[in-house]
Order: sequence, then structure tokens, then C-alpha cells
Amino acid sequence: MAKISKKNIEEILIEAIEKAETELPVDVTKALKKAYNIEKGLAKIQLEAILKNIKIASREAVPMCQDTGIMSFYIQAGNEFKYLTDLKKMLGKAVKRATKEIPLRPNTIDPFTGKNENNNTGRYIPHITWNITKGNECTIDILPKGGGSENMSALWMLNPGEGLGKAKKLIVEHIKNAGGKPCPPTIAGIGIGGGADICMELAKKAVLRKIGERHKEKKVAKIEKELLELINKTGVGPMGLGGKTTVLDVHIEYAHRHPASFPMGLILQCWASRKKTIKFTKKGSIKII
Amino acid sequence: MKKIQLQTPLSKKEIKKLSVGDTVFLTGKLFTARDETHKKMIELKKKGKKTPFNPEDMALYHAGPVVRKEKNKWLIVSAGPTTSARMEIFESEFLSLFGVKMIIGKGGMGKETLKALRKTGAVYTHFTGGAGALAAKAIKKVENVYFLDELGIPEAAWILEVEKFGPLVVTMDANGNSFYEKNKTK
Repeated sequence: MAKISKKNIEEILIEAIEKAETELPVDVTKALKKAYNIEKGLAKIQLEAILKNIKIASREAVPMCQDTGIMSFYIQAGNEFKYLTDLKKMLGKAVKRATKEIPLRPNTIDPFTGKNENNNTGRYIPHITWNITKGNECTIDILPKGGGSENMSALWMLNPGEGLGKAKKLIVEHIKNAGGKPCPPTIAGIGIGGGADICMELAKKAVLRKIGERHKEKKVAKIEKELLELINKTGVGPMGLGGKTTVLDVHIEYAHRHPASFPMGLILQCWASRKKTIKFTKKGSIKII
Repeated sequence: MKKIQLQTPLSKKEIKKLSVGDTVFLTGKLFTARDETHKKMIELKKKGKKTPFNPEDMALYHAGPVVRKEKNKWLIVSAGPTTSARMEIFESEFLSLFGVKMIIGKGGMGKETLKALRKTGAVYTHFTGGAGALAAKAIKKVENVYFLDELGIPEAAWILEVEKFGPLVVTMDANGNSFYEKNKTK
């Protein structure tokens, strides 16, 4: 815990980004170790390499994956949070400095000219999602996400008459066809309902949830469990080389839908499910979780 | 399913012996090439221009590393494989033009590459996706870098010296076998 001053916020943001890039959260490491114990053959070789890689990355404080991703920040801030209006600027600055100091791979490219900005910032990037509440606290979830898994995202505008049954089939089929491309074992984030944009946003947020944590509502939790089993029966396995562990978990978030629409979004997060949280407390201290 | 140590330059004989499921650890030289370097090298060669390096005796690595410069020397910080499927549109032509004998990537490649591997006598190997720190440990030296100013860090061609780089699982061999095709028909 540290006292907040404008000066050291930037340092703490950089530290949190570094931790996100170099250390996997405990829930993810635990799930990967469990997978290592039940797999054999090529699947075990892959998980062994992954576990070795995690150790080296955290010991030497180097990014565990060369694709250090594009940075997304999910901010929940009180309306009286002291740095509310400065935060966007601070995050941009922290990302630029982190790119040089950690270092990270420069991943922001102008889609029209192909020019790399070389600092991981650019138009709309880093991406920030705001949720304003009452009070003076603030929580920032950091989600660096790589391109390989992001490329396996999907959106379906389903026929409401076909509903959940079809939805489940499509998810399983899609993950099977994706094979090793999203770097399995992955975490499947699924967003259902809302509109096209809402379900995709929910799907991405869903990958932030802890592995093993079920949705609070039983009707949703039940489908998460069912999909987890179905996907792991496909045999895609670690890196698509066959095995029992294709996903580490399935998380669903939902919104109410329009009577004519049944939107569903899927975001896959690679095994290197990097995430960190920064908390600015009521009393004016900061911690990285 | 064998565990094999290999060293570049690789011979045709060594490559022919490899089968789907074998695990290789490679010592010697690699060059990285993603979409842009593939495009660039093919363009130069087809126009009859000189390429800045000759890939023939090196393994081709689908990767875009995190790098750091220290005292005028490049160091590789993290360098796992990128998704090979993106290079499918270039690879058969690249293999025919440059005679590379081993590809290292992740996620596998398609039919055109499989045909070209057989024709030119090369293999595709799969390195654990995301294992960037593990890969960097096996990279001993950055020998050179090409197209850096033009293409940026991830897309540039990095020439690397490696020691026991792996595990590399052979998933497409030089005899027309592919792990991916086999799994499709299952």
C-alpha cells in the first residue's frame, strides 16, 4: 500500500502493467498446473513448456508472451475520485512509458498507412471503459490481450426461435474449428443479449472473471458448466495438439435482448490470461491486486 | 514420437527422417518473418533484386519479438511464435524461392504449404504459443536485423542464434503428412 500523490500514480500504473505482463494470476496458474497433471503425450509437453515459461517470466520480470497485447482498462470510479478527469491522460502516459521501460512490443498500427506508433497508444487505444459510481474510490482492471486469441472472436445474431440450443452448438463448433490458433487452453468469455456491441463487450469483460467462479445466477452457471464439459470433450487440447483441456473455464455475462434478436458474442482469451487490478481506497491508498 | 536434437544448416536427409509427432530441439540460426517480411522478400526475389540475407541455411520462425537495446546491442526479451495461418498465402512461394527447410510457428498451416513442404523437402514445427520467455532463454544472440525502419519491430526480420530451441513438435512433415489434416478427417 502506498499513499496517493499525482506523481506516484503513474509509477504505480506502470508497475501494475509490468505485473500484468510478467506474472499470471494465481487462479490461472493453478488451472494450468491441474491441466498438466491430467494430460499426457504432446499435451503434457505443451503444458510443461507453458509452466516453465511462466516461471522464467516472473523470475526475470520479462513479458511471458511476446504479444504483450493491446491494453484495455475497465474503470469503476466514484464521482468524487480525486483524479477522475486526469485518469485518461495518466493511463496513456503510463502505457507509453511502460512500452519503453518494461519493455512491451509496440502493437498500435494505423490501419490505413501501416505506420506503427511505437508506443502502444493511438486512436481509441488504450481502450477505456468507464463506470461511474458514487464516492471517492476507484478500481481499474487492466487487460492486455494478444492478437492471436482476439482473431478467434465471433459474433452471431441468432434467430430467437433457435435460442440457447443453437447457441451452445455454435460455441462448441467454433472453438473446435479454431484449433490451436487462440493458444488453448483458453478462457471462453460469452456475452448473450443486448445488441451486437453489448454482447461483445460483455464477452470481453467475462474473461476477467476468476477461473472456477460461476455466474451468480443458477440458470447461467448451469450453462457455463455444461459448455465447459462439452468444449473439453472436443479433444482440441493444449495448443490444438489433442488432449482433455481445451478451455480452462467458460464465463457467461448477459443483458436483456430485443424480442427480434438473440445476439451472442464470443471472446477467447489465451492461456496467458493476463490481468491485474489497481484499487484506490477510500482512505487514499493504492494497492495492486 | 521421438525427441531429436538438430543443428542448422539442416540436411535434406535429416528433414526427410522427421515424422508428425516428433519433438525437436534446434541449435543454430533462425530468422523471424511475419506477414510483411514474407511479402517483402518474395517481392525482391521476383523482381530479381538482391535480398538483404539468404534464408536458405536458417530455420524460418513466425514470430515478432519484444526487444531491448543495450549499449548498441539488441537483446531479445520475449519471442514466442505467432499464428502461422496468416502466412499461408505466402508460404508455398516462399519455400520454392528460398529453399528453407524448417518452419517454426504455431497453430499449423494449410494444404498449399503442405504440398510445398513435400515438394521442397521441408517440415513445419509447432512451438508452444505464448512461451515468449522460454524462447528468449534459448536465444543466445541477435546477429542482425533487416527491414527494421521500414516495417517496425514485430514485422522486421531478426536473425537469431539459438541453442536447444524448443520443444518444436513436427506437425507437418516432408512426406505429405499433416497433424491438422489427419484431425480433420477424424
